[in-house]
Amino acid sequence: MKVPKELRYTKEHEWVRVRGQEAEVGITDFAQGELGDVVFVELPKVGERVTQMKSFGTIDAVKTVSDLFAPVSGEVVAINTDLKDNPALINQSPYEKGWMIRIRVASPAEVDSLLSAEAYEKALGAHA
Amino acid sequence: MLDTTSTLKRTPFYSRHVALGAKMVPFAGYEMPVQYEGIVAEHRAVRGGVGVFDVSHMGEIRLRGPGAKAYANRLVTNEVASIPDGKAVYTPMCLESGGIVDDLLVYASGRDRFLVVNAANFEKDLAWIRARAPSDVTVEDENEDTAQLAVQGPGAEDVLARLYGDRVRGLEFYTFFEEGAGKDWCLVSRTGYTGEDGFEVYVRSSRALETWDRIFEAGAPALIRPVGLGARDTLRLEMGYCLYGNDIDETTNPLEAGLAWTVRLDKEDFIGKEPLVAAKRHGVRRKLVGLVLDGERIPRHGFEVLAQGRAVGTVTSGSMGISIGKPVAMAYTDQEHAARGYKVEVRTRGQETPATVTGRPMYTMGSVRAPKPRRAE
Repeated sequence: MKVPKELRYTKEHEWVRVRGQEAEVGITDFAQGELGDVVFVELPKVGERVTQMKSFGTIDAVKTVSDLFAPVSGEVVAINTDLKDNPALINQSPYEKGWMIRIRVASPAEVDSLLSAEAYEKALGAHA
Repeated sequence: MLDTTSTLKRTPFYSRHVALGAKMVPFAGYEMPVQYEGIVAEHRAVRGGVGVFDVSHMGEIRLRGPGAKAYANRLVTNEVASIPDGKAVYTPMCLESGGIVDDLLVYASGRDRFLVVNAANFEKDLAWIRARAPSDVTVEDENEDTAQLAVQGPGAEDVLARLYGDRVRGLEFYTFFEEGAGKDWCLVSRTGYTGEDGFEVYVRSSRALETWDRIFEAGAPALIRPVGLGARDTLRLEMGYCLYGNDIDETTNPLEAGLAWTVRLDKEDFIGKEPLVAAKRHGVRRKLVGLVLDGERIPRHGFEVLAQGRAVGTVTSGSMGISIGKPVAMAYTDQEHAARGYKVEVRTRGQETPATVTGRPMYTMGSVRAPKPRRAE
């Protein structure tokens, strides 16, 4: 199970890649493995605002559905439109091609509150 | 030493699942593989090749003795007494109220009747059957000592013919043969739960692993795959086959569930006959229908079905229809909204997704050798 060092995480298994003012968000390798084959992902529209720890969308796998939680607050500046036709990208490439949204970070302090890779791995220990 | 998983039973194939990297989940008291490489790939492997399912959690009960046929016939709604040796029958078993205790397969094995029931219902069924058994019937629990594999898909016949010879090719749909005795006993039936041609193979637990290995050796590596319970569910759902506990239970009767073809009201007597005769006469208020959704959200158990904004039913099973390419569901709807082609909506998490009422099966391209499905009444 991959947990890239350079990313930040939530306990709800989202990852965040911070690039300047923007945070790219997806779900972790662990999360995609637990969900199984993803068949649909519902994302906000560009321009909508999301709030830290509030649902920003849902993800349907064959067996189950889950909420997606925003790791940080801010305006959605991009969504991964490839996921519409190919939601399996989330399974195949959770940290790269399976990214979901980019958020313009409203409060850098929220980024600081996220888990490090190490802390996330530790949290996963409870599951493994 | 006890651990948290020690209360879960394991089938004889447990070591194979683990070696194959299966994701194991608790199911009906067993630790079962829900998937190996992924539900979508496994589903497609069955539709286009051969899939092998460990279904050893299913419960086996043998009725022996001079009264076995007659007693089996009293327990279930379908005709299982006068059927020829070597025939298998799918049937509900009902309460006095007409509600469904379980749905099962009954095999006509000489004078015996061999019953294969749902894992989650095994203890309940065994108690139900024992409590009513007449003195000329012995009820034998064969569950622990029986392993079951479902070998399903258009390539299944070739695989099993290599193991059991050409008699496999001669099997008609819902027939079987048995061979061997004692620990060498096996039963092979042309039955399944996938909509593809296929077989179910029963062996004694001591022969389970070698049977698994021989089946995989007989299949072309590119075409044969282990398949978990996840794809078993998506395959059966596309066929509109009922899953006990989701689509049918003690509060639903077989007529509502579209299983009228399994209820022989002309039989002399069986448990639940009276209310089912009445239900047939007066008609049922709701029907279990198939739904194909025009949207991307996946319907789930308990979602509401609406017609012009009014609640007319409830989803009992739902998933992505992997071979259909659209989300599919089964739902109980009011009788007046149960006709094929009827347009409804499914409330999927606050949004209403348009859906069309369909017959069952929803997927009609399968290789299963079944007679054409009858129109639901």
